[in-house]
Amino acid sequence: MAKVAVVGAGMTKFVRRAQETGRELSWQAAKMALDSAGLTLKDVDAVVIGSAPDAFDGVHMKGEYLADGSGAWRKPCIRNFVGGATGVFAPIQGWYHIASGQFDTVLVVCEEKMSSCHPHPQGAFITIFDHTTERPLGPNLLWIFALEMNRYMTVHGITKEEIALVAVKNKKNALDHPCAQLGEELTVEDVLNSEVLAWPVNRLDVSPASDGAAAVVMCAEHVAKRVSDKPVWVEGVGWHLDTAYWTNRDLYYPRYVEYAARMAYEMAGIKEPRKEIHIVEPYDPFDYKELHHLEGLLLCERGGAARLTADGVTQRDGDLPVCPSGGLLGVGNPIAAAGLMKVCELFWQLRGEAGKRQVPGTPRRGLAQAWGDLMQVGTVIILGR
Amino acid sequence: MTVKIKEWPGTALSSRDIEEGRVLTVRHKLKAEYAWDAGVAIGRYLRELKNGRLVARRCGGCDRILLPPRMFCEQCFVPTDEWVYVEDTGTVNTFSICYVRWDVARLKEPLLPAVINVDGASPGMGILHLLGEVRPEDVHIGMRVRAVWKSPGEREGAITDIKYWKPVQGG
Repeated sequence: MAKVAVVGAGMTKFVRRAQETGRELSWQAAKMALDSAGLTLKDVDAVVIGSAPDAFDGVHMKGEYLADGSGAWRKPCIRNFVGGATGVFAPIQGWYHIASGQFDTVLVVCEEKMSSCHPHPQGAFITIFDHTTERPLGPNLLWIFALEMNRYMTVHGITKEEIALVAVKNKKNALDHPCAQLGEELTVEDVLNSEVLAWPVNRLDVSPASDGAAAVVMCAEHVAKRVSDKPVWVEGVGWHLDTAYWTNRDLYYPRYVEYAARMAYEMAGIKEPRKEIHIVEPYDPFDYKELHHLEGLLLCERGGAARLTADGVTQRDGDLPVCPSGGLLGVGNPIAAAGLMKVCELFWQLRGEAGKRQVPGTPRRGLAQAWGDLMQVGTVIILGR
Repeated sequence: MTVKIKEWPGTALSSRDIEEGRVLTVRHKLKAEYAWDAGVAIGRYLRELKNGRLVARRCGGCDRILLPPRMFCEQCFVPTDEWVYVEDTGTVNTFSICYVRWDVARLKEPLLPAVINVDGASPGMGILHLLGEVRPEDVHIGMRVRAVWKSPGEREGAITDIKYWKPVQGG
C-alpha cells in the first residue's frame, strides 16, 4: 500500500446560522486547505465529500449539490454518509483512494448546514428510529443519548458531576479556537444547573447545532515529499458497524469503537495505545461520549475515563490531552464538518501550528474518532509525523 | 495553518439579520407521505399486539429468542425457525426523563422512555417503550414492569397498543 500524508487543512467558523450556503462554506474550507498546501485545484485528482443527513439541507443528492464548492466537477467524486461518523470516514476514504495507487492527490471536504431545518434540526433525526416499532412512541434524538448515558453512569457508578467536567474542559479549550461557536468559562455547577432536557442530559451536556465546513488535502508519499516540508502521515485507519437493533445490546460500552480502534492500532503497529497515542480527539457530541469513547478506544479501562478527567490527565497540558481543540461541545457540531475538524486539529497540533491551543511536548502521534447512526458506527484515524 | 490564518471565513447571522431582512431566505415546506409495509416478521408482531400478546422468533442457529422478531438471524445469517410468545413483563434496562419533544418544544409532563428487557426473550433483548403510572423519581434501572394494554376494542395492531409499562408491585 502507498503511504498517504495530509499536507493541508482548512475550515470555516462554526456558527449557529451562517449567511453562506453549504456550497459557499465548502468552497471556503476547500480553498483554505489547498492554499495551505500550496496546491491548486489542477493538482487534485479526485474529491471525497462528507455530509450527513440530506434532511438538514432539504436537498436531495447533497453530494452533487456541494460538488462545485468542493472542487469536484469534472473529477472523480464520491460522497459518503455514515451518520455522525462521516467526518472521520471521509479522510479514511481519501486514504484508500490514494493507498490503492489509483490517485496521487485527493481533496476531502465535509460540510453541514443544520440551520436550514425548521423549526429545529432535531426534527430531521426522527427518521433514524424504526418507523414501525419505535416512531409511533414519539421519540427524539435525545432519548438514545439519555438512555445510553444513564446506562453508562449506572453500570460504572459514575456521577453527573464527573461527566460535567468534560463539558467544562472542552468549552474552555474552545476559547482558544478562532472558529469556535461556544468557547466559555463554566463551572460544574453551571452544567448541573442548566435546563434538564432529557435526564440525565442537561442543556450544557450537549453540543450545539451548527453550520460549517472543514477540508484536508491528502497526497501519496512522492507528492507529499515534494509539496510539503512537514507532511503528517496516516498511520492507521479503522471503521466498524454494530447492530441497528440498538435495544438488543448493552449501551454501557461502545464495542464498535473498540473494533474500529483495534483495526487502526494493528495497522499502525501500536501495541500499547495509552503510551503510544499522545493526543486524542474523540467524538464528543455529549460530554459523557468523550468518556465512553476513551474507553472504547482502549485508552483507559472500562469505567476509568471519569477518573482520568478528574485527575486532569485529559487537560491540554495533561499526560493525555483530549479534545485540545475544544471538541464538538466547544467548537460546535456541524456533523460531518465536526469530525473532520478533529482531523484538522491533529494536523495543526502535530505540526506545532495550533497557536494558543498547542499541546506542550511536541506530540508525535494523534488519534481522531467519530461515531454515528443509532450508536452503532465507529470510525478512527491515526496521524503521526 | 492555524497560526498563519488571521481571518477565518464563515459569517454568523443573528435572528435580527433575518427578521429585519438584511439577508434573504427562501422557505419551503416539504410534503412527503409514506406508507411503510410492516413486513413479514413485524407484520405478525403487530397482529399479535392487537391480540394483546408479544411474539418473538427463535433462531435454531444461536438459540436466541429474538425480539423484535425477525425472519432471518443477522448473526447466523439463516432463516429463523419458530414463533415464540414471550411475557408482557420485563426489567428496565435504562430510562430517561424527557422534557422535550422532537422539535425541542418543552413538555410540562415528562415522557419516560425506557429500554425494557422482556421476560422470555434472550437476555439483553430489549425494546424501546414508555413507562407510566410511576413518579419519575421512583424509576430505577432494574425495576420490574408490566405492560398496560389498551382495551381490545381500542387496539389497532401497533406498538402503541401497549400504552406504557408500569411498575410491578414490589418491583
